[in-house]
Amino acid sequence: MSKAKKQEDVRFGKFGTVSFTKTTRVNDFIDYLENGKVMYTHCKTCGVNYFPPRADCGGCLSSDTEWKEVTGNGKLVSYSQLKYAPVGFDEDLPYSIAMLDYGDYQVFGRLDSSLDIDTVKIGMEMTTVVNELPNGQLNYIFKKA
Amino acid sequence: MGKVAIIGVGQSKFVRKYPGSLRELAFEGFKEAITDAGITNNEIDASVFCSAPEYDKQRSPSAVVAEYLGLNPQPTFYVETLCSSSSTGLKLAYSMVASGLHDVVAIIGLQKMSEISSAESQERMGRGADIQWESPFGTMMPAYYAMHAQAHIDKYGTTLEDLAAIRVKAATYGQINDRAVYRKAVTPEMFTDPDNMMSGTVSSPLRVGDCCANADGTSCLIVANEEKAKQFCKKPIWILGVGTASASVNLTGRDRVHGLLAAEQAAQKAYTMAGVGPKDIDVAEVHDCFTIAELLAYEALGFADPGGGKELIQGQETYKEGSIPVNVDGGLLSKGHPIGATGGSQIRTIVLQLRGEAGDMQVQDPQIGLVHNIGGVGIYGNVTILGNQ
Repeated sequence: MSKAKKQEDVRFGKFGTVSFTKTTRVNDFIDYLENGKVMYTHCKTCGVNYFPPRADCGGCLSSDTEWKEVTGNGKLVSYSQLKYAPVGFDEDLPYSIAMLDYGDYQVFGRLDSSLDIDTVKIGMEMTTVVNELPNGQLNYIFKKA
Repeated sequence: MGKVAIIGVGQSKFVRKYPGSLRELAFEGFKEAITDAGITNNEIDASVFCSAPEYDKQRSPSAVVAEYLGLNPQPTFYVETLCSSSSTGLKLAYSMVASGLHDVVAIIGLQKMSEISSAESQERMGRGADIQWESPFGTMMPAYYAMHAQAHIDKYGTTLEDLAAIRVKAATYGQINDRAVYRKAVTPEMFTDPDNMMSGTVSSPLRVGDCCANADGTSCLIVANEEKAKQFCKKPIWILGVGTASASVNLTGRDRVHGLLAAEQAAQKAYTMAGVGPKDIDVAEVHDCFTIAELLAYEALGFADPGGGKELIQGQETYKEGSIPVNVDGGLLSKGHPIGATGGSQIRTIVLQLRGEAGDMQVQDPQIGLVHNIGGVGIYGNVTILGNQ
């Protein structure tokens, strides 16, 4: 009798309009997104914070990490609105990629598509919010604080 | 370590679609470089093949290329650092020769981007970023450089006119470079005319005119130790400094987006190794995949203070007659950007300049030249300093 195959953990396939990898040791990130939380990881050995989350610390090489939530405001570092998109992203156009600075880590993502791009200014305070895409996938976006 | 010289250079025409196979394209640059060096393929001890593999249908292309160029049974291998692959190839070849392991090494850079469709190519180019955490947002190369442009504009008051001026300069020289893919004139007015293709936004604030084009092409460099260089070559061009650095792929790991730290670090290493500074550079080739990238290079290399790049282009200081001529072969903006071939093409330009063989593009009596070649959006920084003494 053959044993039932162990189910592969492909939760990360749900990240973004098109996900390019389905398996990662930080797959719990997706569960947190489903619960409305954007998380980063904290190295319990040397104290470094990581966004994007990591299973292993690149500083002290410890794998003893814990999840923490991205909360409060970040400052807009820069952004750009795309008028052309890579394969698979045409339906999202126009959209803007951007990065927020939270002090000891930064978050890369998209601007809220309902924002008037002419009102967006580098340095403005923004928050990071979970977003469900029309195709059922999950990502997160930056909204005006 | 022993001295190492470049004794032969070659480059194909850069074209939209090369009507032959990858190995046949490689032959064009290699034959020119071997002829330029005045040697035969029997004198090559080893070869380094440089390209970005996601465009090649052929797996392990170094093997088919070495076979086609008559370079068996000498060792051959493959190196990749995205758009700076052949500058990295030069650094490896330098190390192989300086260590005494080999006497003469060929560096073959190549990209046949038309092997795949342009939509496929755009998608693969985007995967030169962090595919786990960034690509799912729909990123692409112009958008990352656009974020750098936006930050530079905000921090230093650089304008879209300054960026257009860089393209206008590139086109000035692209028109006289018969190896370039884009050979028409470009005027500042083209960027403000809504009916002109150049003015269309690709990713704000970058417009079509701010971006270089994909191309098929190859470049080849032959390097040799001092003994062989003096034996084969009347005008060896010496490798004085090879500076390289890397940075985090994900933008979240960067301390700035108004500049590229890996380029600054590579420049410092190259200057230190060569024992020279920015003021000693007589002619330079910088990685202008986008207009903003050239402006960032002025500052990373110390040709201008941080934020001062715009004054260099406004004062036409980077034209052929200026205080620091940059990309007087038309740059990537005119030549096109066949990823793996680009660095070798930039190095070839500087070698020809230092030999006094650059024709209509020749700068007056340069002694020391510099090549700045970036892989990805500042992931790999490569700065090479060459001299004719």
